[in-house]
Amino acid sequence: MEEKIIIAGFGGQGVLSLGQLIAYAAIHDGLEVTWLPSYGPEMRGGTSNCSVVVSDKQVASPVIAKPDCLIAMNKPSLFKFESRVKEGGIIIINSSLTDIKAKRQDVKAYYIDANDIALEAGNVRTANIAVLGAYVKLRGLFSADTVKQVIEQQFAAKPKVIPANLKAFELGYNKFD
Amino acid sequence: MKKLMKGNEAIAEAAVRAGCRAFFGYPITPQNEIPEYMSWRQNEVGGTFVQAESEVAAINMVYGAASAGVRAMTSSSSPGISLKQEGISYICGAELPCVIVNMVRSGPGLGGIQPAQSDYFQAVKGGGHGDYHMLVYGPSGVQESVDIMYQAFDKAEKYRCPVMILGDGMLGQMMEAVELPEMKDISKLPKQEWAVTGKGRGKTRKIINSLYIQPDELEEVTHRLFDRYAEMAKNETASEEYMTQDAEIILTAYGTVGRIAKSAVNMLREKGIKAGLIRPITLYPFPSKAYNDLAKKDAVKQFICVELSMGQMIEDVKLAVNGLKEVKFYGRTGGNVVSPEDIVNAVIKEVK
Amino acid sequence: MATVFKKTQMLTDTPFHYCPGCTHGIAHRLVAEAIEEMGFQNNVIGIAPVGCAVFAYNYFNCDMIEAAHGRASAVATGVKRVNPQNIVFAYQGDGDLASIGMAEIVHAAARGEKITVIFINNAIYGMTGGQMAPTTLEGQKSTTCVYGRDSLLNGNPIKVCELLATLDGPAYIERVALSDASSVRKAKKAVKKAFEYQRQGKGFTLVEMLSSCPTNWKMTPDKALEYVKNDMQKIFPLGVFKEVE
Repeated sequence: MEEKIIIAGFGGQGVLSLGQLIAYAAIHDGLEVTWLPSYGPEMRGGTSNCSVVVSDKQVASPVIAKPDCLIAMNKPSLFKFESRVKEGGIIIINSSLTDIKAKRQDVKAYYIDANDIALEAGNVRTANIAVLGAYVKLRGLFSADTVKQVIEQQFAAKPKVIPANLKAFELGYNKFD
Repeated sequence: MKKLMKGNEAIAEAAVRAGCRAFFGYPITPQNEIPEYMSWRQNEVGGTFVQAESEVAAINMVYGAASAGVRAMTSSSSPGISLKQEGISYICGAELPCVIVNMVRSGPGLGGIQPAQSDYFQAVKGGGHGDYHMLVYGPSGVQESVDIMYQAFDKAEKYRCPVMILGDGMLGQMMEAVELPEMKDISKLPKQEWAVTGKGRGKTRKIINSLYIQPDELEEVTHRLFDRYAEMAKNETASEEYMTQDAEIILTAYGTVGRIAKSAVNMLREKGIKAGLIRPITLYPFPSKAYNDLAKKDAVKQFICVELSMGQMIEDVKLAVNGLKEVKFYGRTGGNVVSPEDIVNAVIKEVK
Repeated sequence: MATVFKKTQMLTDTPFHYCPGCTHGIAHRLVAEAIEEMGFQNNVIGIAPVGCAVFAYNYFNCDMIEAAHGRASAVATGVKRVNPQNIVFAYQGDGDLASIGMAEIVHAAARGEKITVIFINNAIYGMTGGQMAPTTLEGQKSTTCVYGRDSLLNGNPIKVCELLATLDGPAYIERVALSDASSVRKAKKAVKKAFEYQRQGKGFTLVEMLSSCPTNWKMTPDKALEYVKNDMQKIFPLGVFKEVE
């Protein structure tokens, strides 16, 4: 088993931390993982992406040419990475910030209004967690319980934000069958 | 349980656990997490952290702290490492141990901040002025970086020369799960007899120096350094081979590119191409014998050296292969990173 | 017979390589005597520069480190930070300290490193054969300003004590001269005070010693000392520039 994920969006959308939560879930389940961010001169507001590779064997390359899964948190990210998704792979698109559809016919696209869900969960900054919920459901690599535990661990220093994050996760998770 | 850590932070923590109690640095991307981590971590363990006014000052502070027998280190990235070369040459000349981390970015000049391997020559051939080398490692992942860092001071003290960890922006920024080694008890570390402590007078006084005005004396010192390098070559040379038993095409790459090439080997094997990989772990001393042994095998048809540069390590590969087989090159530069697919395509082009 | 004078134990028996009439010898003796008289014999580390005093590690009878050109105060920072119980001094000339090592000295001073810097200002690069230094006086001749230093062409001499005294890190900064017996006695007092402030952990300390270089100034030793007194002191006035309570 090897799953290659590219997560992309604006800086500040929690793109890197979304990737890290997947990486923590992998470690929790005893899997191997690499998390590789793009890094650049922009501190805020620029584009941001990370590559996560989850595997049951030692990960060879942390660099991904063709992801199995693309998470596009905004429209420019969809433009930039759509062509690279592996045939038969999936794209999860934040439809709150993307007013177009994926063009590829050989991959499956899923749309989630992550910013609206985040508002419903009570914290606009949880859009990335709503998408995480969708990802977990759609790929079935990790159990919802595992990821909820990881969320609680990672936000342990800020216990106030845990309920909204868990709610956003649930809402994202339950959006798909 | 394993901990998810960035390469830069994991190296910093491993250094502390290895007994590093003095860190001197200067900000430069993509290694900033190392000084940032050290700034609070050294405080916790009762060590020293100074953000120096320049890389030049930082390496000279390392020179001072190392002179006192304390496990001292610095880190930087390419343009900053160029500035440190003066100090590195003095440290080598004065036979002091220390650790230097270079998270390489693209060059020349200010270059870029994306990953590169274009400081290979500088790292393994000397870099500064004079006849000297350092023990240079090219780790391919976060755990390997931790394991190398944990041993680095022991090696530096054994051979009385700096150890350089030659990474790249990718290694520094990448997160992987790591098992951290236990904290060394610094009171049990070997005492360095040559260190200045302020107690020396008359015949017992210690002088840390790299000035030898008499040619014969300097020649003798230089021979002593090179005897140590020979010893180092015997004891420390390390490389990893992957699927080389029946390989016809030998890929070779170091550091993060080494593991990207490993993926390429897997993909090539799926296509029925008998590929293998040799990945040097020590870049100086270079594992020449391992290459030469492969070159002597009848099955091996050619080597393809993959680097994030215009081709630097390939010169050492060619020296090791010594004309027995063809050595080709594939690389990207400027901060571009190769993917396994890129390598596969390059190999297929060569095989045709 | 009663001994009325004996050489300090803090200098080795190695003969100085300095030129006749050079004041480095006096400066070495003052520093060495101060160390002995203050009882720091078993607790002191010195840093030698690049320049005429490059062999200072052969002369001071204590643990010594030879630094790269201009980097003595950075090296001193490294050794003092990891061995705070040591008395650490850096011995630097004007080219070393005020030209190539300007960044290192300013920042060591700004950080308030608890070290003592002995700054030998003889307004010339001696070791390399008499080139213009950052402290060469206007009109003073050197091998790289053969008609005399012209401020429009070569800039002006740098006043190190005045410059460093603007910072908050230094605890004690004084300029002294090695031009006659009474000024030499004052110089020794300044060195002792600097060491004492370092011992007390008050901060960065520096003593600038106006010195002569008869060889490269092309003067007799006594004329050179007059030059220190009459010409150098006009541009580099003596005195205490910084002293904390």
